[in-house]
Amino acid sequence: MIGLGHYLVVSAILFVLGVLGIFLNRKNIIVILMAIELILLAVNINLVAFSAYLGDMVGQVFAMFVLTVAAGEAAIGLAILVIYFRGRGTIAVDDVNQMKG
Amino acid sequence: MGYSLVLTLPEIILSASAIALLMVAAFAGDKAARLSTWLAVLAFIGAALVVPGVTGPGGIAFNGLFVADSFAAFAKILIYVAAAIAMLSAMSWFARDGVYRTEYPVLILLSSVGMGMMASAGDLITLYVGLELQSLAAYVLASFQRKDSRSAEAGLKYFVLGALASGILLYGVSLLYGFSGSTSFEGIAAAIATDGISTGELFGIVFVLAGLAFKVSAVPFHMWTPDVYEGAPTPVTAFFASAPKVAAMALLTRVTIEALGAATFEWRQIVIFMALASTILGGVAAIGQQNIKRLLAYSSINNVGFALIGLAAGTPEGVASVLFYMTVYVVMTLGTFFVVLRMRDEAGQPVETIVSLSGLSRTRPALAAAMAMFMFSIAGIPPLMGFWPKFYVFEAAVAANLTWLAAVGIATSVIGAFYYLRIIKVMYFDDPAPAFEARRDLVSSAVILAAALFVSPLGWFALEPLGTASLNAAGALF
Repeated sequence: MIGLGHYLVVSAILFVLGVLGIFLNRKNIIVILMAIELILLAVNINLVAFSAYLGDMVGQVFAMFVLTVAAGEAAIGLAILVIYFRGRGTIAVDDVNQMKG
Repeated sequence: MGYSLVLTLPEIILSASAIALLMVAAFAGDKAARLSTWLAVLAFIGAALVVPGVTGPGGIAFNGLFVADSFAAFAKILIYVAAAIAMLSAMSWFARDGVYRTEYPVLILLSSVGMGMMASAGDLITLYVGLELQSLAAYVLASFQRKDSRSAEAGLKYFVLGALASGILLYGVSLLYGFSGSTSFEGIAAAIATDGISTGELFGIVFVLAGLAFKVSAVPFHMWTPDVYEGAPTPVTAFFASAPKVAAMALLTRVTIEALGAATFEWRQIVIFMALASTILGGVAAIGQQNIKRLLAYSSINNVGFALIGLAAGTPEGVASVLFYMTVYVVMTLGTFFVVLRMRDEAGQPVETIVSLSGLSRTRPALAAAMAMFMFSIAGIPPLMGFWPKFYVFEAAVAANLTWLAAVGIATSVIGAFYYLRIIKVMYFDDPAPAFEARRDLVSSAVILAAALFVSPLGWFALEPLGTASLNAAGALF
């Protein structure tokens, strides 16, 4: 029988993968955007699992809000990435270093 | 339902004007940029005037999702005024480079709607939606100067780290919801008060505080601040350093006091750590900076640390001192940034190095005097206004048996004074650098004058009304 604990473990693994994806990734920024989506998906699994476990609809409503905002966030992230690429001609993570200190 | 709509009138005014101005932008284009900026200022004035009218003891809208109490009212008026003034600085600055667009006031308006929701959040869902509305507009603002690669890089860094912070915050929110069984602040407080705090809730609190620490740029989640402040166009930096800081601080205060009041012992350790780390790192790392915007970024980290000392007290006096601190901080920061916005060389190009301020007292005595006053005030030198918020914050900490915290805070405030005084030394005692261009700008001069008068001992007249209002606002949370 799959219970709440299983869902929480899957979600925790996805969350950690997402965070690691942001920090360990040295290649390109698109991968970072994917890692952010992974984090938000982990949150959604958590919310829906808790919602089912508690028998409370609020968690599922919250998951809808998260999905919607994530779509907006991805759109803005890609737009900023496009203007960045136009200016610099690269989206490699190691090249995002004009300002330091 | 109708009553709920009345309570959200300030937000409705701002979002309706944002949509209307977007229509203006679509049909009239960039010709209407100045007009729509002034219309947006009118919207801000209207919203700020409406705020006190719709607050009351029963100010709960949409079944507790949205709270319009006196705490929210205090924060909102401060946010709207700061956002309007920061927006005014953008007009002439962007117009000089020919990139001022009608979308700018729209983005500021939308961001301010989000900030108002953050101050009024009574539920984790409102918290998240308000925070994201503010952040998404801010990411675009940071990269507003599209052709400038530093601006694009600032926007990109802000976006990636901001999205990560939202993710961490959301993960904490989901744990807090699951283990307490409610998303409303009241429900969470009741669950913790009856059952004590569970491990799951503790994890939730840690993640939520980490996400919020990012938004107020407290150490150890400050790393984006210097880069974004340096890379973003200066009027946008002025905006970032003022209104969103107030909103994030108000949200952090509301979450810790209202939802997690029963877990004060747990979150206080985290807040104390963030406060100490922020004041120390903000003071030490600023010493070697050559760029004035970067220096002000570290200054803002340092100041957030002091405000967090007030929050660590966890008492009504502590919360009142946080509000008071943010008010004076916003005035000083806006004044400083308006001086920085005046820094352009003879050719009209913006300059940002501290060295270029050399000998400003001889080339532009009035500007140098205003800057010196702001610097002395942020450093907390007594006859000026900046002394009082630090005094109240330390007083609240001592009253809550955190005397050692206040003592360390005073010591770090002395470290911080070093780099503020260095700017004054550069302006008054170094050989003059090439003079800045002389150009009349009525709006900017008026703002600098008003801010300078406020931080001068004349501002003491504002002490009592501000003190009463902040205590009254803090009372709404307890």
